[in-house]
Amino acid sequence: MYAQMVETGVERVQVVAEMAPDERAFQARIDADIKIEPKDAMPDAYRRTLVRQIQQHAHSEIVGMLPEGNWITRAPSLSRKAILMAKVQDEAGHGLYLYCAAETLGVSRDRMIADLHAGKVKYSSIFNYPTLTWADIGTIGWLVDGAAIMNQIPLCRCSYGPYARAMIRICKEESFHQRQGFDIMMALCRGSAEQKAMAQDALNRWWWPSLMMFGPPDAQSVHSAQSARWKIKLLSNDELRQRFVDQTVPQAEYLGLRVPDDRLAWNEASGHYDFGEIDWSEFHEVLKGHGPCNRDRMRMRIKAWEEGAWVREAAAAYAEKRANAPRPGPLPAMRGEGDRRAAPVG
Amino acid sequence: MTSDWPLWEVFIRSQHGLAHKHVGSLHAVDAEMAIRNARDVYTRRNEGVSIWVARSSDIHASSPGDRAPLFEPSNDKVYRHPTFFPMPEEVKHL
Ligand SMILES: [Fe+2]
Ligand SMILES: [Fe+2]
Repeated sequence: MYAQMVETGVERVQVVAEMAPDERAFQARIDADIKIEPKDAMPDAYRRTLVRQIQQHAHSEIVGMLPEGNWITRAPSLSRKAILMAKVQDEAGHGLYLYCAAETLGVSRDRMIADLHAGKVKYSSIFNYPTLTWADIGTIGWLVDGAAIMNQIPLCRCSYGPYARAMIRICKEESFHQRQGFDIMMALCRGSAEQKAMAQDALNRWWWPSLMMFGPPDAQSVHSAQSARWKIKLLSNDELRQRFVDQTVPQAEYLGLRVPDDRLAWNEASGHYDFGEIDWSEFHEVLKGHGPCNRDRMRMRIKAWEEGAWVREAAAAYAEKRANAPRPGPLPAMRGEGDRRAAPVG
Repeated sequence: MTSDWPLWEVFIRSQHGLAHKHVGSLHAVDAEMAIRNARDVYTRRNEGVSIWVARSSDIHASSPGDRAPLFEPSNDKVYRHPTFFPMPEEVKHL
């Protein structure tokens, strides 16, 4: 998913009897569905795992803007440009909500950004694939944002308050992303033979990477078991993937597109679609940095950060100058009901 | 670099005249920038008609350890809720 294969640092999941009293009390709160808040006591491993998970998630939102932002100027109409721009802007917002959630755990924004740029922290494998045609933008909204929703809705109930709240905001915005993608696909599939072929080609390339987004089967994973215990992972990768396939196949049928999997078939007995083997070696190669676009994405990310340095420095210098100025007048934006003098909170 | 920028808490009042509500936080060099950024980050869909920002460092919070002494005293005062007083069915407007 947006956070794939998150390590918990544990070798096995402890049974309650083995836990220290404070760990036991913590687990009891989680079991009672009491949200953990930033100032609450929490085991170090819980904190570290969450930092890793939220950070990976945040980076994915930010890096995910690159393949789409790349298409804003080439979107086929003014309206499509405006819609895509709004979508990409939302993703920036998602990244920011999540960075803030991670910061409540004591990690600084700069540390996270430095770790991403140094390649120490991952982002989702999916953003290392190229966006070759306009149909790729439709497919990303439809499949990638669709898969993200599948994963994020359960996370709205996760045990860490700031993460759950960020997820709720994000989920409210995601459905627009998925629909605008499907809308692009509908337009292409109702268009010329060439446009329809373009849609099919995009689905062919994105289908398997989208299924890989959920991560390898993890029913046996210690880390997943621990994360489930802490309620920061609510469903297994395979469960989420199955839901995604079940939901998406009929949508592809509606579009008149063929899902590129010869073994895909409705299973009457299980009430689910059966589907073919996923090539996990490809997934691991991409995670290791050998996907089609890993290097390009990081280069663009670092370039944007470095080229923005002067803006950040200028803003800081300006604020300092104003803070030291003899008589700073009230800011125009602060007048009226938000006036500092007349703002009783609560 | 951005860590040098103070953290601000953002409060938004929605259209319906309710109180400002905490929506999240962000980094900004000063209040003006915090309000501008809050507009972009937290009100892209008409969520608000007014924004407050306050430096996170200016907010004082009750500590989780005080939860019991602060909040438990109200637990046994159920008579503060109207449902504590069952009313006869035939009596109206109460
Ligand atoms: Fe997003
Ligand atoms: Fe999205």
